[in-house]
Amino acid sequence: MNAVDLSAVLGETRVEEVLDQLERELVGLAPVKRRIREIAAYLVVSRARRSLGLESAPPSLHMSFTGNPGTGKTTVALRMADVLHRLGYLRKGHLVAVTRDDLVGQYIGHTAPKTREVLKRAMGGVLFIDEAYYLYRPENERDYGQEAIEILLQAMENQRDDLVVVFAGYRERMETFFRSNPGMSSRIAHHIDFPDYAPAELMAIARLMLESENYRFDEEAERAFDEYIALRMKAPHFANARSMRNALERARLRQAQRLFEAGGAVSCETLMTIAAEDIRASRVFQ
Amino acid sequence: MRITQGTFSFLPDLSDDEIRAQIEYALGQGWSCSVEHTDDPHPRNVYWEMFGLPMFDLKDAAGVLGEVRRCRETFPGHYVKLNAFDATHGFESLRLSFIVHRPRDEARFGLVREEASGRTLRYTTYERRRS
Repeated sequence: MNAVDLSAVLGETRVEEVLDQLERELVGLAPVKRRIREIAAYLVVSRARRSLGLESAPPSLHMSFTGNPGTGKTTVALRMADVLHRLGYLRKGHLVAVTRDDLVGQYIGHTAPKTREVLKRAMGGVLFIDEAYYLYRPENERDYGQEAIEILLQAMENQRDDLVVVFAGYRERMETFFRSNPGMSSRIAHHIDFPDYAPAELMAIARLMLESENYRFDEEAERAFDEYIALRMKAPHFANARSMRNALERARLRQAQRLFEAGGAVSCETLMTIAAEDIRASRVFQ
Repeated sequence: MRITQGTFSFLPDLSDDEIRAQIEYALGQGWSCSVEHTDDPHPRNVYWEMFGLPMFDLKDAAGVLGEVRRCRETFPGHYVKLNAFDATHGFESLRLSFIVHRPRDEARFGLVREEASGRTLRYTTYERRRS
């Protein structure tokens, strides 16, 4: 056999399903989705090459996800684990999300077993290290973070078949982190940057979130929420989709309070609708 | 003298792939694996040393197998066994335990029969000097 049907490989791994799901459920993030499609295509092709006996080194799959908070890094990592599992690059396809505290110990000799335990749990899946730059603390030369980094590097190099490591965090701080750990940077093949959402995208995200919880805006509320987004984006500690989730959470709280105070019979319609006053009561408008 | 004990005592030693398959099975059942080693394989010695802590919440055999390999490298002259613990109420004990490494120069045991009063026989297993 000297031909292989790429669409057959795609069909049998059912990876299209995940990619379509990604397209449907994640608003915006066009460059991220494009990169994931590229990676998926690359992996399908290398699978096809392998089935024809064309030897090449197994692809390196470690990644870094950079972007502001709430731009969907964890969600995309989850989907990525699924894609890699379906393509046969991960045996189990689960995601283990950790931060510095899970990797770095508090006294001498504590770090290595701790890091190794996390690595063992992540085997067969994706190890997602959130705010990875905290691992490296140059201001303290006796910091144990360096030890964790070295163990991670070793595992990333020697156990490529067993796990995929994803580093995530703010763009600028990740860049500094990679600059001060050149060994790390060179072992990460895919750097994916998550852009901030545009106001229209945030609105679409909010609508998706409400829909999944069986709520909706009335017309007035939709206008109010548009204004809310514009104001919130300028306020400090803006965290993209996460801010939207929190805002909706509080709006639901206020809606419940309003209905409760009004008393009497409520229709299904009323229970589902979030009104403008629920949103305008937010402190962002003050 | 080939020492045997544990779940697969009647089989030849398992290869790494077979060990991996056993670990996969244990993890699939929700059991937690641990690695133990000893230089005293006397059948009555139930206190083997732990190699690291038991491993909880693992999804894949690679982690356990890596630990087995590390233990073999650290103690090439010891016996190493792999245990799988079932925490389910009512079991709360090992469900699987087998030797995954033995030293090249194995321990040798002898048996002494002691005649006691009447026709009673008492048995003692003792370790013979290694050649």
